Amino acid sequence: MATLYLSRLRNGLLMHELSLAGGILRMIEAAASREHFLRVAQLRLEVGALAGVEPQALRFALGAIMPGTCLAGGEITIDETPGLARCLDCDASVEIASYLDSCSRCGGYALHATGGTDLRIVDLLVIND
Amino acid sequence: MCIVCGCNAGSNSGDHAGAGEAEITGVSASNGDLHYGTGAAGSSVPGLSQARVIHMEADVLGENKRLASKNRAHFSAHGVTAFDLVSSPGSGKTTLLCASINALKKRPRTVSVAVIEGDQQTSVDAERIRATGAPAIQVNTGRGCHLDAQMVGDAFSRLDLHAAAHHGEASRAILFIENVGNLVCPALWDLGEAAKIVVLSVTEGEDKPLKYPDMFAAASLMIINKIDLMPYVDFDVARCIQYAQRVNPLIEVLLVSATRGDGMDDWLDWLLPPHSAGFRRVMPGRGQHGRKLTPAARVPGSTP
Repeated sequence: MATLYLSRLRNGLLMHELSLAGGILRMIEAAASREHFLRVAQLRLEVGALAGVEPQALRFALGAIMPGTCLAGGEITIDETPGLARCLDCDASVEIASYLDSCSRCGGYALHATGGTDLRIVDLLVIND
Repeated sequence: MCIVCGCNAGSNSGDHAGAGEAEITGVSASNGDLHYGTGAAGSSVPGLSQARVIHMEADVLGENKRLASKNRAHFSAHGVTAFDLVSSPGSGKTTLLCASINALKKRPRTVSVAVIEGDQQTSVDAERIRATGAPAIQVNTGRGCHLDAQMVGDAFSRLDLHAAAHHGEASRAILFIENVGNLVCPALWDLGEAAKIVVLSVTEGEDKPLKYPDMFAAASLMIINKIDLMPYVDFDVARCIQYAQRVNPLIEVLLVSATRGDGMDDWLDWLLPPHSAGFRRVMPGRGQHGRKLTPAARVPGSTP
C-alpha cells in the first residue's frame, strides 16, 4: 500500500489526503502555540464514510509529513463514522456506507446525505517534554 | 511531607491536579515504590504535566470553507456567478469553455466571462482561453491535485471582473473555474462556486459515476460531452444518467458536443435561464432546479 502511494507521489499524482494532512498539521501547530505543548502523543481523527477521504491514505500522508514536527512519533487513531442520509422517497433516516447505497427501508436511491461528510480532528493527547 | 512539591497534603497524587506539578504515574504493587515518567511522555519534569488531552472538535476543511464563503460573498458583490468545472483529464473542459465563450458573444445579453485555469503545469489552457478574447489566469498547483478556495480568491483578485462589474448591464459576469483534471480530489474543496459541473466524455465509459461517486454527488450538473463520437464508442447514455442519479438524485444532465455544437443552446440556457433576469441560482453540491433528463432520454447512436 505504501509503495503504491509513494509511486503516485513521485508521478505527481498527489492525493488530496496529503493536502488534508498538511491542513491537520497546521491546525495542530496553531493549537501548540495556543496551548503551549511540544509534542503530540496521540492524534484522534474522525472520518465520515461520505467525506471522500481514504483513511489508509490519510494515515500514510500524516506519516510522511510528521518527521521534524510536533506530530513526530505520535500515534494516529482514525475513527470511521457511517454516512447518514434522508430518503427523499420514504423520508427515512438511514445509515449508508457510500453514495452508491440505496435506502435500507424502501430500496430507493433518492438519498440526501445529512451526516458523515466531514473529516474532523477530535482531540489530541499532548505532552510538554 | 509530600515528595512532589513539599506541601503537607496527605495523599501522594490526588491533590496535585494543578498543571504546575509533576505527577506520579505509577506505583509498584510489590513494594510501594513510586514512578514518575511511565506516562506517555516517558520522563518527568517538575512544573510540567505528563500528558493532557486537548479537545479540538475541528473540521479539517473548516478554513477552506471559511475562505470559500468569503469568495462567494465577493463574487456576489461583484455580480459574478462562478462555476467549478471538474472532470478527468481530457474530457474536453477547455474546448467546452472556448466554445461557450464564443457562443455567449453571439447572445443578445451582454455578459462578461473570465476563466481561472487550474493545472499542475503549463499555461497552455489559459492561452487557449485568451485566444477567444476572454481574460484568463492560470493557476499552476505544482503537484497539487486540486484548486482550493485561497487559490481561487487570489486569482479572482487579479482578474479584471471588478472593473467590468461596476457598469450596468456589464455587471453580469460568469467566472468559469476549470479545476485540475481529476475526478477525486476536487470534490472536497468548496471554492465559492454557485455549482460544480462535472464533465464526462463518451470516450470514458458510462460507469464513471459509480467509480467516482463523491464527485458526482458534489456536482449540480453533469455534462456528457463529445456526443458526436457516439457512433464510434460503446457508451450507454441512459445507463450513465441512471448511475449518476443513483449517486445524486438531484443531478441535472445535458448532452453536448463542444466541437460540433450539439446541445450548446441548452447549456447556455442552463447558465443564463432565458426567462429569468439573473443567473442560474443553484445550491453548491446538489442541484435544485428544473429540467432533468430521465433515464429514458436517448441520443441518436446511443447503445439501446
